[in-house]
Amino acid sequence: MYNQKVLDAFAHPQNVGEIENPDGEGTVGNATCGDIMRITLRIENDVIVDAKFQTFGCAAAIATSSTATQMVIGMTVDEALKLTNARVVEELEGLPPQKIHCSVLAEEAIKKAIEDYRAKQQNIQLDKTKIDYV
Amino acid sequence: MKVYLDHAATTPCDKRVVEAMLPYFSDEFGNADSQHFFGRDTAKAVADARETISQLIGCKPNELYFTGSGTEADNWAVKGVALHRKDKGNHIIISAIEHHAVLTAADWLENNGFVVTRLPVDSTGLVSVSDLEKVIDDQTTLVSVMYVNNEVGTIQPIKQLADVAHRYGALFHSDCVQAMPYLDVNVGQLGVDLLSMSAHKFYGPKGVGALYIRNGVKLDKLICGGGQERSQRGGTTNTPAVVGMAKALELSRGEMDKNNAHIAALRDHFVDRVLKEIPYVRFNGNYEHRIPSVANFSFEFVEGEGILMLMDFNGIAVSSGSACSSGSLDPSHVLLAMGVPIEISHGSIRFSFGKDNTMEEVDYTVEKLKDTISKLREMSPLFNVKTGGTYNV
Repeated sequence: MYNQKVLDAFAHPQNVGEIENPDGEGTVGNATCGDIMRITLRIENDVIVDAKFQTFGCAAAIATSSTATQMVIGMTVDEALKLTNARVVEELEGLPPQKIHCSVLAEEAIKKAIEDYRAKQQNIQLDKTKIDYV
Repeated sequence: MKVYLDHAATTPCDKRVVEAMLPYFSDEFGNADSQHFFGRDTAKAVADARETISQLIGCKPNELYFTGSGTEADNWAVKGVALHRKDKGNHIIISAIEHHAVLTAADWLENNGFVVTRLPVDSTGLVSVSDLEKVIDDQTTLVSVMYVNNEVGTIQPIKQLADVAHRYGALFHSDCVQAMPYLDVNVGQLGVDLLSMSAHKFYGPKGVGALYIRNGVKLDKLICGGGQERSQRGGTTNTPAVVGMAKALELSRGEMDKNNAHIAALRDHFVDRVLKEIPYVRFNGNYEHRIPSVANFSFEFVEGEGILMLMDFNGIAVSSGSACSSGSLDPSHVLLAMGVPIEISHGSIRFSFGKDNTMEEVDYTVEKLKDTISKLREMSPLFNVKTGGTYNV
């Protein structure tokens, strides 16, 4: 059902785990649907320097998590926001049609983690502003 | 090591069965319905096969009809009876955990104006006789409940269910496909009017099944055609396959006690080790009313396909839920009917042992299973590796 590249990504996933005190984190999906993905990011000067994932889901969900984290490391946050599930599937040289939806999770988790990063940045800015007023 | 633990999906055809079948491919190839001597020879082989199987299940030879599969037998029984008896009533009853052959035949009837009631099961997969009494009425023409469930191996109280059906004038069909290799299936003792079987589940060939139809029971034809099977089921008789089915059932019955003891020992050892050595695991099934071959587990915080594939990489063949639905993303209808929470049902695997498995294979499987579950849990956002417990997600 899966091609060799997907099988390899599933059998030897990269970037499994979680970054402590991440600069951005995103969890998407739910257990009822059978897949949950959590991505944590280390971001320096708006560049993603590390990404880790934890995924509860099928082989396609795990393979796309692994590949998506590999792809975003080294990207700026703006570049990472433009990463589509179609690009991740392309990198894996295709998924069975009924498994395409699994790849959407990776895209969503990365977007959510970057939103979280930006929200945190704004809070830091706000905190700084507050300090200035004091 | 290659370990096959998917005997509920299919079994290897016994070499002795293959030997019995071989002459009927090329040498004795005649059409069993032909008048000439080529046909007469094969007709004799088909008659003998019918006689053998009939004796083993306790029916008359003219009550046994060969089909192309267990699925065809189920379809014929369910649709055939409902359609034939539609003047009496439009209500049929099945269990919620039937094989898809019966489930989807019932769906088809429902889409064509029939009323279908699906009996619930308890947490071990058992249908209750009192639940049947609550829903059956004089409009009910057929009750169909499988003898043994294919995903969890629970044995149903067929005789008691059939008695209730008969009290209300309904006919009773049982899908006995999973029961045949492990239980002394006998139509009289079960009290059934119709019964389905499939050869490849008891070390026979694929592509052949049979439907027992008690004499006097009338049903519509499913396959129209020539005069085969006493004009009830068209299609040239698959002589090698029916010869193989008879040989397989004969061997299966002769070796049943020995095989059951061996398979149960493997299953018990496996279940003990899994429950002791893997945390957060749920056994799905009934410890008392069950066949010896099946062990169904839900492994929390992980998903079944990943387990299946990592086990496959290790040379171990298992099934996530029902192999027939492996293309579907929905969790097992059987486990959901048993009340297994949907998020846990996603991590379910069926291990089904067979007569040729060994204790060494079982131990190898447990070791690989432990690695597999650990590896997937390390990846799971629901499981905290450091504490060996769960996150609050």
